[in-house]
Amino acid sequence: MTEQVTIIGAGVAGLWAAYMLSEAGLTPRVIDRNGPPGAHGCSWWAGGMLAPFCEGAVAEPEITAHGQQAARAWARVTPVTRRGSLVVALERDRGELARFARRTTGHETVSDGLHQLEPDLREVKQALFFAEEAHLDPRAALSDLVEVLAARGIEVETGEATPDEIKGTVIDARGMAADLPGLRGVRGEMVVLRAPEIALTRPVRLLHPRHPLYIVPRGDGLYMLGATQIESADWRAISARSLLELLSAAYALDPRFAEAEVVETGADLRPAFSDNVPRVVRRGRVLHLNGLFRHGYLMAPALAQQAADYLTRGTKGDLFHED
Amino acid sequence: MRDFYGVTLASPLMLGTAQYPSPAVMERAFRASGASVATVSLRREAGQGQSFGEIIRGLGVHVLPNTAGCHSAREAITTAQMAREMFETNWIKLEVIGHADTLQPDPFGLVEAAEALIADGFEVFPYTTEDQVLAQRLVDAGCRVLMPWGAPIGSGLGLNNRYGLKTLRAAFPDIPLVVDAGLGLPSHAAEAMEMGYDAVLLNTAVAQAGDPAAMAEAFGLAVRAGALARRADPMEPRDMAAPSTPVIGKAWL
Repeated sequence: MTEQVTIIGAGVAGLWAAYMLSEAGLTPRVIDRNGPPGAHGCSWWAGGMLAPFCEGAVAEPEITAHGQQAARAWARVTPVTRRGSLVVALERDRGELARFARRTTGHETVSDGLHQLEPDLREVKQALFFAEEAHLDPRAALSDLVEVLAARGIEVETGEATPDEIKGTVIDARGMAADLPGLRGVRGEMVVLRAPEIALTRPVRLLHPRHPLYIVPRGDGLYMLGATQIESADWRAISARSLLELLSAAYALDPRFAEAEVVETGADLRPAFSDNVPRVVRRGRVLHLNGLFRHGYLMAPALAQQAADYLTRGTKGDLFHED
Repeated sequence: MRDFYGVTLASPLMLGTAQYPSPAVMERAFRASGASVATVSLRREAGQGQSFGEIIRGLGVHVLPNTAGCHSAREAITTAQMAREMFETNWIKLEVIGHADTLQPDPFGLVEAAEALIADGFEVFPYTTEDQVLAQRLVDAGCRVLMPWGAPIGSGLGLNNRYGLKTLRAAFPDIPLVVDAGLGLPSHAAEAMEMGYDAVLLNTAVAQAGDPAAMAEAFGLAVRAGALARRADPMEPRDMAAPSTPVIGKAWL
């Protein structure tokens, strides 16, 4: 296939599509109305957890299956921290931990060993350790990916573009801006705190009956707290209620978070299909990569691989749909 | 059969729409359960997005918006008005929470909000405790359905006060009664129906099950079993053992 491929949207899906096509020997164009990745795209607000086993507690099996390749894929372009992840519950909510353990694989229960893994989790008595999970800094990862593409002659162009006005094959990776039936927005809100006296080295999920939370260390004492999941396409900034809930849950895990500096808050919409599984959707000469929901970093490499495989070899993977 | 503001329900199961792994799983759960009513929370779905609302309407069941998470009569009234506009129904499940930890209803705020909403043309389904005096106040205010709790919301503890629920059933023979909240297992739902309740409402027990569609089907079967048993006029429990097969006249072997 020698035809020109144009990718619209330079978020995590579009950039990975460019990478996978370049691996196949193509040099696609990448156009985004806002230019290189930034606060305008929902990829910017992600947690950066590569947690296929934890996500399997509620997600469809495709997420766990494909997500297991994500850490290796990302490691080709950006530093990936492979220290596993922890799932904890407060003593009152121990039943939640048992339930989570029943519904996931790839974990071991740690109690005494927990404080060797994370000495600062001293309030917690028992945890599930998912040794194979990983995390990355999502913003650094996007800019590393942009750099790798640039070295291969693919620059992110700034410009308005819609599939109709572009000749040749188009990959539409615009997320919520794409006109795709069945796509909905699921609001997510996050907070970044600076708490230099707290030393966590891997993502920690707190199971809580009302306010589940995850904390992802970003280095330099920075922690990302996420993320709400609200069935709404409301674009406004984080609500006071969500901020209270996220901070209260973090405080319950370690009271020193109360002294942290609030560095940043964010809110955006996750594009999702009804089963919350991402799709490659072919509509004529346009290939949509969309619906990554809360699994952008986990699923983008696999989704992009299936798009590239279809364009170069005609194979249709399990995430492929025709409209 | 008692009707709900003039509506006869095809199934005595009402299901909530929160906390499912995905809308696709929720749709499967509704289909498997045969539920006739979907409750939906307005409070956290404000904004420009309509698509989750469209998914709810697409379930093809009666929509019962609620005022979940409201802690005062005023808040609940505002939420109810938004819900009426959004879902074009006068039905409202009225929740006025009085206690943050147990999510117990605030009886005073509940009566106040019920009066105001009924004056405004709403058909109110009040989420209440099993307190009989409060129930009478709600009926006096114009409520023609009562929804006593089984146990605190999301607790899965089942029917915490069987005596209270039975007394309520006996005291309000003409009012449709729905056990709302706290159900964890299909057997809890069956028991409520055996007591003569007209319906049950639940969410967490299905949405947070490992297989929500299977659990929804189990609840659908349980309410049918319970309702059938009620109509069949169950025996009274008795202390004296009574053999089902007479011994006299049998051959001694």
